[in-house]
Amino acid sequence: MTHAATPAPTPDSAPTPDPAAVPGAAPVPDPGSDAAAGAAAPLIELEGVHKAFGDLHVLKNCDLSVAAGEVTVLIGPSGSGKSTLLRCINQLEEPTAGRVRIAGVTQGYAEKPLADGRWQKLPSTQIAHQRSRIGMVFQRFHLFPHMTALQNIMEAPIQVLGRSAAEAEKSALSLLERVGLADRADHYPSELSGGQQQRVAIARALAMDPELMLFDEPTSALDPELVAEVLAVLKELAEGGMTMIVVTHEMGFAREVADQVVFMDDGMILEQGTPDQLIEQPRSERLKGFLASVL
Amino acid sequence: MSTQTPAPVPAAAGRRAEDPIPHRIRAKASPRPGTWISAVVVVLVVLGLINFLITNPVFDWATVATYILDVKVVQGVGWTLLITVLSMVLGTVVALTAAIMRRSENPVLRGVSWAYIFVFRGTPVYTQLVFWGLFTVIVPKIALGIPFGPEWFSFSTRDYFPAFWAAVVGLGLNEGAYLAEIFRSGLNSVDKGQTEASKALGMSNGKILRRIIIPQAMRVIVPPLGNETIGMLKTTSLVLAVPFTLDLTFATNAIANKLYAPIPLLIVAAIWYLAITSVLMVGQYFLERYFGRGFDDRPGGVGPAKRSRQSAVNRAGTTPKDSLPEVEL
Repeated sequence: MTHAATPAPTPDSAPTPDPAAVPGAAPVPDPGSDAAAGAAAPLIELEGVHKAFGDLHVLKNCDLSVAAGEVTVLIGPSGSGKSTLLRCINQLEEPTAGRVRIAGVTQGYAEKPLADGRWQKLPSTQIAHQRSRIGMVFQRFHLFPHMTALQNIMEAPIQVLGRSAAEAEKSALSLLERVGLADRADHYPSELSGGQQQRVAIARALAMDPELMLFDEPTSALDPELVAEVLAVLKELAEGGMTMIVVTHEMGFAREVADQVVFMDDGMILEQGTPDQLIEQPRSERLKGFLASVL
Repeated sequence: MSTQTPAPVPAAAGRRAEDPIPHRIRAKASPRPGTWISAVVVVLVVLGLINFLITNPVFDWATVATYILDVKVVQGVGWTLLITVLSMVLGTVVALTAAIMRRSENPVLRGVSWAYIFVFRGTPVYTQLVFWGLFTVIVPKIALGIPFGPEWFSFSTRDYFPAFWAAVVGLGLNEGAYLAEIFRSGLNSVDKGQTEASKALGMSNGKILRRIIIPQAMRVIVPPLGNETIGMLKTTSLVLAVPFTLDLTFATNAIANKLYAPIPLLIVAAIWYLAITSVLMVGQYFLERYFGRGFDDRPGGVGPAKRSRQSAVNRAGTTPKDSLPEVEL
């Protein structure tokens, strides 16, 4: 957190939508599980993030904050907006309203509105730089098929960070080692199993030394017997202190690894809290129904 | 679940004692009379054709043999190849630019690209070649300066734009308009997830295009590109419209007119066009193999590519040894 010193702008300057009525249970504030950071500004802050595709409101006024080193697991039925929320954090989607701050820095826009109340969009190079600080792992891996595992991992450090090929190769090999695929360096993605591809994708994201990692259903496209090898890598990352937001249906993983679990339904954050609070003692009927269907 | 295997048949067991798979199926192919009938028909037709080619005096193979390596003909082959290669290079560069402009967020660039394709695809290549041949007449002088204002320097187009370059530019710009559509569909064929993954890594739009999208699009683009190159080889015979008069077709026609023997020289030209096409097909094969790396549906791949996906997955050893766990249910 090198630039955490930036003072967070006051929330009322954010382009929040009209606070649409949030039915159901109000979000439960995080009862500071092991967030010893306490008073320090959270690493990730979402304020009133709203996303509409035409008349379809995919996200409705979502607030979320994640402290550095914390693992947040997003759960909820499909179509509840989990992936969209995740994609708003690294600007693969532009929020219709609200704002996203990472380490106190507003994502995609200037810190303050212009005199006429509009928000100045950042140039694409600056958005690319902001994205380069955030690792993302996709449900369907999206490895570059024309490059070997090693080349996949080396690509962004060379092209974005301007590292030398030798340097990038050295760190790529150690990352492959870390995800248990040192002997697969010269294989093309098409020659790897789904679990191996996903582990290469994780290594590819880690190669950028990100401040935080986003996982969008990282095990949903995998055969059941390959899920464990990917979750093991995620768990090891979490234990190493990586700040992570994980969209998943793996409740066992949520219970074991998460500091914070967030339940979304119909574009809204309905409940959030520790795994014990949410999974063992769900409050809302919707969460109870959801848990009954996945457990 | 086949727990009860049938008792081994003594005769079969005795005959195939070393076979690790007992009771291996010894299959007899089902009869395919169509294969034999068609083979006989084709052989008869080919024999008839050979007889016709040898005995018909019109073909005059002696003249073909005399002129196949004639200096004018071989030079014509050289010029034809040169025009083909240069105009395809120009066409490819123009097409890639136009295809990228078509995808741009800038409406001006999109419009320019659309207009280029509209004009150059919509008019006959012959007309365009005549136009480029007349270019030095239409535009005798090119000057750099401010319109209606001072002129910094100027040059006469006649000095810098001989017929050869008119032919190359004419064919190249026409080809670019067709290739632009091929490139556009190639770029569109790359999974959107590739762009998202590159964006998430913080790559700039230019790098995403250059490093990720174009190399993958080439896999789709190369086969039609090879097709277009072979088409271009033969379209070069139209360069007499410029007029450029050293290419293969013009050279053989000139000889034919001199000898009053059109057919043997048509055969000379045909043999050379076929020979060049064969060479181009070899080039296409290697291009396809290069851009197909990492994709397992590569036809006739060699080396590491021969490894099937399943065998690679199996060697990785991450899947359970029991390949049929479902049977347990």
